[in-house]
Amino acid sequence: MSIIDKYDPLKEQMVQILDQDGNHKEDMLPAEMTDEVVKEMYEKIWYVRLCNDRAFKMQRSGRLGTFASVKGHEACQLAVNLAIKETDWVIPYFREQAIMWDHGVPMENIYLYWKGNEWGSHIPEGVKCLPPSVPVGSQMLHAVGISWAAKMRGEDEIAATFFGDGATSEGDFHEAMNFAGVFKTGTIFICQNNQYAISVRRNAQTAAKTIAQKALAYGMPGVLVDGNDPFAMYAVTKEAAERARKGEGPTLIEAYLYRFDDHTTSDDASKYRDDSEVENWKPRDAVIRMQKYLAKKGLWSEKYQEELIESLKPKVEEMVKKIDEHPDTTVDDMFGYTFAELSPEQERQKEYLKKSLEQ
Amino acid sequence: MKTNALHMVGAINEALRQEMTKDERVVVYGEDVGVDGGVFRVTDGLHAEFGDQRCFDSPLAESGIVGTAIGLAINGMRPVVEIQFSGFLFEAFAQIMCHAVRVRNRSRGRFSCPMVIRTPYSGGIKALEHHIESEEAYLAHLAGLKVVIPSTPFDAKGLLLAAIRDPDPVVFFEPKRLYRSFKQEVPEQDYIIPIGKAALVREGTDLTLIAYGAMIRECHEAAALAEKEGISCQIVDVRTISPIDRETIIAAVQSTGRAIIVQEAPKSFSVASEIMSFLYENLFQSLKAPIARVTGFDVVNPMARGEDLYLPNQSRVFQEIKKVMG
Repeated sequence: MSIIDKYDPLKEQMVQILDQDGNHKEDMLPAEMTDEVVKEMYEKIWYVRLCNDRAFKMQRSGRLGTFASVKGHEACQLAVNLAIKETDWVIPYFREQAIMWDHGVPMENIYLYWKGNEWGSHIPEGVKCLPPSVPVGSQMLHAVGISWAAKMRGEDEIAATFFGDGATSEGDFHEAMNFAGVFKTGTIFICQNNQYAISVRRNAQTAAKTIAQKALAYGMPGVLVDGNDPFAMYAVTKEAAERARKGEGPTLIEAYLYRFDDHTTSDDASKYRDDSEVENWKPRDAVIRMQKYLAKKGLWSEKYQEELIESLKPKVEEMVKKIDEHPDTTVDDMFGYTFAELSPEQERQKEYLKKSLEQ
Repeated sequence: MKTNALHMVGAINEALRQEMTKDERVVVYGEDVGVDGGVFRVTDGLHAEFGDQRCFDSPLAESGIVGTAIGLAINGMRPVVEIQFSGFLFEAFAQIMCHAVRVRNRSRGRFSCPMVIRTPYSGGIKALEHHIESEEAYLAHLAGLKVVIPSTPFDAKGLLLAAIRDPDPVVFFEPKRLYRSFKQEVPEQDYIIPIGKAALVREGTDLTLIAYGAMIRECHEAAALAEKEGISCQIVDVRTISPIDRETIIAAVQSTGRAIIVQEAPKSFSVASEIMSFLYENLFQSLKAPIARVTGFDVVNPMARGEDLYLPNQSRVFQEIKKVMG
């Protein structure tokens, strides 16, 4: 019996393989989660987190615009990426630094977008990942369309799309889930339920006990997963990916986790939540439990940690340098991509602006 | 060249059928477009001919229709979706404005969104509320979107084929009062009418009438009335609302020195306002009379019993011609 079949979202059953003390359920541990893989993921989390922290400092010193912190979502995202193929699609909202990067988008691109430069969203050729989608929930329909196109063309591609708990209140959530159910598209819907939509708590978004149970109304399975548990996220996403690839249709995964930082750099979460709540969640952070798991196996030490951080610092600074050095938007950039071919009036406006800037 | 006498409905249907035959990436979907062939029968027979993988019914959800089409277009398909009535475009407006028109720009050309949104539009058939309005101005304001409105069966086929082959998103408004109002000889063969080009559809020397969609016929009738009084009117069919063909329209008005713009949509902040603006910017010195507009009014579009009060007609156009000629 698959995990997806076994866990009932109506009974609020949550899939967990690795608990917060670093103990795991041996019978459920995915074979792919070798020590090497776990260690690599642990190191990736730290890279993503250090970049995130560094970007925060850049924002505070005016070198970057507003952005949404990924802290607390990294393991969930990296586990999903491990469970899908490089040839599959990732359709993010705007808190997906970890999976975007791991799927092939350079980290400097991700933050260049938050600096206000569209070149950040020039996804490298061959990387199947869409740029961030700021209108909440709207990207889920694109994921349905993308995986549907793959199905129509007989391509071995599926799509994993991300959204928050707040997005489940949007009409596009309903329409995307409904289309995916009706047309049995190969879509994996991953709701990162981080308990807040800016300041509004999860229980103010829906009277449903779980978000996962909403799937049942669309004729697809839904499963509640401990989003801070990369083993559980991996195992469940892998099953969802197999279902999608076999033409069995979409799956909704509710990744239950916590947004450790403010909503974005423009927010102050202390206005609407107590520090004690944040403190209570901290021990459940994936990075802590993975550290404990690795330590039990003799694969983690303070020295290893120090060396890891030291080794990552130059990589982070490399990202900073690339962001700082990237040229600002030009007139040609601004006009060049509205259409495949500019209209005569757009050409005139472009020339006008160029001349105006020369004066 | 073999031609057939077709209504606009038939011409659009032929364009869809030919392009679906030629390009297997083209998929047609929307509400009731499958077995039923659409509420105006525009997609009649396509489901039977191409099967339910190519022409099919979607759930009743406009944002879903357009949003999924964006995904299909990004991943290599050529979706041609129908919004059953243009009054329901607004359910999909966020997907059009926030995504369809921005895919290319946002990704600096890495992704694009070649898709067509077809939709029956405007008044004149005594239809319901939300089934009679003219929404082109809302759409024309969006950079990255092309907006096309045919006025004849011949144009409808050529413009739709161009729209489906266009590398960027196109909204294709079909004036529903023209669907079955007259037939025209339409070539069987494949042809396109380029998007972004207006057409001089009646020669004349005294005054230029500028219109599109169903208003072209009103202009022809008004021009015929004017001719009896010795006034020679030319008519420019705008055909593509955005990007609008300034060159053709300016050249036409330059040749007569007088212009009247005719549209069904409300007067203020409209396509007519934009045409008037660029005519004044370019021709202020050479105009023989102030430019005039014959339009709908700045009111909520009245329903069937008041529609005739609202819609511009040959009589109002003719009155305006006489006024402009002084």
